[in-house]
Amino acid sequence: MKKAAYLFLTPALTAIFVFFFIPVIAAFLISFTDFDIYAIGNYSRFQFTGLENYRKLFENDLFWKALVNTFYFVVASGPLSIAISLGAALLLNSKLVRFKGIFRLVYFMPVVTTLVAVSIVWRFIYHPEFGLLNYGLSFLGVEKIDWLGDPNWAMPSIILLSIWKNFGYNMIIFIAGLQNIPEELYEAAQIEGANAFQRFTKITLPMLAPTTIFITIITMIGYFQLFAEPYIMTQGGPLDSTLSIVLYMYQEGFRWWNMGYSSAIAFVLFIIILTGTLLQMWYQRRRTA
Amino acid sequence: MGKKTLLYGFLIISGFLTLAPFIWMVSASFMLDGHASVFPPRFLPDEFTFDQYKTLFSRLDVSRNLLNSFFLSVVVTLVSLTFNSMAGFAFAKYRFAGKDAIFKMLLSSMVIPAQVTMLPLFLMLKEFGFLNTYMAIIIPGMANVFGIFLIRQFVMAIPDSLIESARIDGANDFQIYYKIIIPLAAPVLVTLAIFTFMGTWNDFLWPLIVLNDSEMYTLPVALANLMGEHTKDPELMMAGSVITILPVMVIFLALQKYYIKGIMMGSVKE
Amino acid sequence: MNSWREQGNLRLRLVLFIGLFLFPFLFIYYGCKGEEKGVTEITFWGMGAEGEKIQALLPEFYRRHPEIKVRVQMVPWTAAQEKLISAFVADNTPDLCQLGNTWVPQFVLLDALEPLEGYISKSAVVKQSNYFKGIWNTNEVGGKIYGIPWYIDTRLMYYRKDIFKKAGYELPPKTWDELLDLSRKIVKLQNDPNKYAIYLPTNEWAPFIIFGIQNGSDLLKNNWTYGNFSGDKFLEAFDFLMKFHKERLSPLGVSQVTNVYQAFEEGYFSIYISGPWNIPDMKKKMNDSTGEKWGTAPLPGKNGYPGASLAGGASLVMFKQSKKKEAAWKFIEFLSEKGTQLAFFGETNNLPAVVSAWDEPGFKKDPFIPAFYEQFQNVVATPKIPEWEQIVSAKLQQYAEYAARGKMTAKEAMQNLDREVNIILEKRRRLLGK
Repeated sequence: MKKAAYLFLTPALTAIFVFFFIPVIAAFLISFTDFDIYAIGNYSRFQFTGLENYRKLFENDLFWKALVNTFYFVVASGPLSIAISLGAALLLNSKLVRFKGIFRLVYFMPVVTTLVAVSIVWRFIYHPEFGLLNYGLSFLGVEKIDWLGDPNWAMPSIILLSIWKNFGYNMIIFIAGLQNIPEELYEAAQIEGANAFQRFTKITLPMLAPTTIFITIITMIGYFQLFAEPYIMTQGGPLDSTLSIVLYMYQEGFRWWNMGYSSAIAFVLFIIILTGTLLQMWYQRRRTA
Repeated sequence: MGKKTLLYGFLIISGFLTLAPFIWMVSASFMLDGHASVFPPRFLPDEFTFDQYKTLFSRLDVSRNLLNSFFLSVVVTLVSLTFNSMAGFAFAKYRFAGKDAIFKMLLSSMVIPAQVTMLPLFLMLKEFGFLNTYMAIIIPGMANVFGIFLIRQFVMAIPDSLIESARIDGANDFQIYYKIIIPLAAPVLVTLAIFTFMGTWNDFLWPLIVLNDSEMYTLPVALANLMGEHTKDPELMMAGSVITILPVMVIFLALQKYYIKGIMMGSVKE
Repeated sequence: MNSWREQGNLRLRLVLFIGLFLFPFLFIYYGCKGEEKGVTEITFWGMGAEGEKIQALLPEFYRRHPEIKVRVQMVPWTAAQEKLISAFVADNTPDLCQLGNTWVPQFVLLDALEPLEGYISKSAVVKQSNYFKGIWNTNEVGGKIYGIPWYIDTRLMYYRKDIFKKAGYELPPKTWDELLDLSRKIVKLQNDPNKYAIYLPTNEWAPFIIFGIQNGSDLLKNNWTYGNFSGDKFLEAFDFLMKFHKERLSPLGVSQVTNVYQAFEEGYFSIYISGPWNIPDMKKKMNDSTGEKWGTAPLPGKNGYPGASLAGGASLVMFKQSKKKEAAWKFIEFLSEKGTQLAFFGETNNLPAVVSAWDEPGFKKDPFIPAFYEQFQNVVATPKIPEWEQIVSAKLQQYAEYAARGKMTAKEAMQNLDREVNIILEKRRRLLGK
């Protein structure tokens, strides 16, 4: 019986071990070498350089820029998209609304689509001359904006796209969370004379807390890995204002083949995500304790 | 009454705004060259044409890329479903040495972003001679922790008595797996299948790195590549986007119940 | 209950079986890039339009060599360098390919190319004496020849004759001062905030390097191991080009110009520094193939006319990993014949590398070609190091954008550039030091 268990486990565990765990360890080691295009041509041309890659990384303005951009993206679009998801979930959970299924479907549609394809679509929507967005805004009296060409607007443009693309996902999770809140709680509150706002802050929000924390973690992890949108729409420009950590890692590693350096970037990303996750888990534990 | 109208108005407007990019994408894909680059923008084609699609399939030969995407998504889904379900079953219904430790290790590995593994994995596949082959996409997708976790959760809820009685009837472990567990776990398997299929279909960074012949490209990579050459042809690019999005859209619409259930399952904390 | 389970069971078993059948099929699928019997198939990578237009030459080649089949793959120019390197990294190089001739040294360093002396000495077609000397030399690394020049190009000035005349210039500018003066006059004349004089996008590095070279800069110093962009000479040239951005003589963003030819036709700008590949599209868009409204001219110079430009073009190379070198060489020979070179010019407007082709009357007829001939009298190669592409297309362009947008002064930008270039060249210094 035990033998059977191991047999069932072997394929998956071997695959995960060989093609995930070993590469993680290897990446860690490579990040302490100067492995690059010279070394690919001739394996004798690389050596251990200790913390050199990390030192270069922390001295590089571009890296800090990518870091700041990525945080900007996460901090701006994370809470915003979660708030919109929650709003949409509340509306769709309202007893007043019928045809919930259809609305839910519509709002959810962007989630399942291919990021590369929608990035291309939005690139044209953002076109300063012929784009739909500027045209729509012109009715509100807004002047033409060069969305992707202006360093101040490029990141907000990417944020808008990613909110549009992702809010449906969290909305679904919030709807599930809302449906788990017992109806009696609201009835009891109503009897005691609590108004809608009080019911929201005293019942809905606290009851949703675990859901919210879960959503925050997955959203954050996902957003830190920003890549395809800037790759397609701006290539990191203008003025590196949309260069994300993963895009920087990609460019260094797979465009210029500075693989040691690129691995160091990947590890910094890992540490950031790990720290964020641990912080949120610690916060959650403190709340429930 | 007024409140209700307001609510519906809001829902409908935001629904329209959500769909607007898609509507424009589909509409522009039926326009003639240059007809989407006008001011004021057109919402509907002035002259309806299939030219863009014809160009895509004849001159640019995206049918090959469509085929690649289908083939890879199907294979990755089948292989990973098999491996994950076996492992999920083992974790749910067996007791063996190191079970908790292994499972915990797997779970905690989920915080490691896939980007960390990309470089060594790339070099590894290079050594095997798998770069620029389908294996480069299939190998890293063979098993994943999320899938094992999801299946384990589901299978744990299957009563042990079913397994026990089958065992008394003389079923061996493998028969139990595919005669009892697999059929009963069908809903979660369907869910996971949709997730994996769409995940593979939509994936971009990894295929971009490991595939470098245009005839090996998956659709998203081919599309991004096309974008480099045809920045000034929005109509063509929209047709390409429609072709890329359509299959996943259809699958989603057909099986949305399972997909949405999957999201909710994934969000259930242990 | 039982029957339901049976059904589900059956369905899933079916799926499993299909899966099991598909699995071996997949090995076959990727393994079978089958070939016809008796025919050697060689893979050729062509960049941009060349990849497309070379098809027109194939029927003649097949007529002479029915035993060889050429599979042409098109690679966009924008991603060519990147793609070739990844192909090399992935052990997926083609049998032969065209290579920007400044790229030859770096692929030699990677040990990716096949030396060609053996083939040349036996060849009746390919001889060193057939080629411009400077161009031939770009293919020589460490005393060995790795590429055969295919076509040559260089950058010069595309300009609007009609607008130049209105601005008081009957002839194109010959010096830097004239260029600046003319640009100012054009902008004044147009009197439209949406029109400019010259197009100097920061995502095209060539003009920056050209003006630096014209001013006598060596670009990189100490055997190409340190950047010298903040040196006086390059800095002065860079600062000069920045004037065009600061005085709004050149459009800032890259995103504003989606179609260069259309913009040129609309008078959005009147001067564009670029290569011969633009001629066909320009003719079409300007609706003028005789040179009434527009023309080509050698670059203005700082010290003498014409000013220096870059020795560009493409060479044909064979990769070491190729198993079909004999067939590949036959194709190289075919492409190097005078007749093929002229036919190729007809298809693509790429200037022939074989000198004798330049005497053909049909070739000289084109009004836009003589300027190139003149420009070729003064062309220079860029440093032959693998890091060059990264230095210019990532770093130089990045800092040019910072300076053009006024986020840094020219000096700050170039100092930052040098700092980054020195980091990029660190490994080169170490390898040379060994």
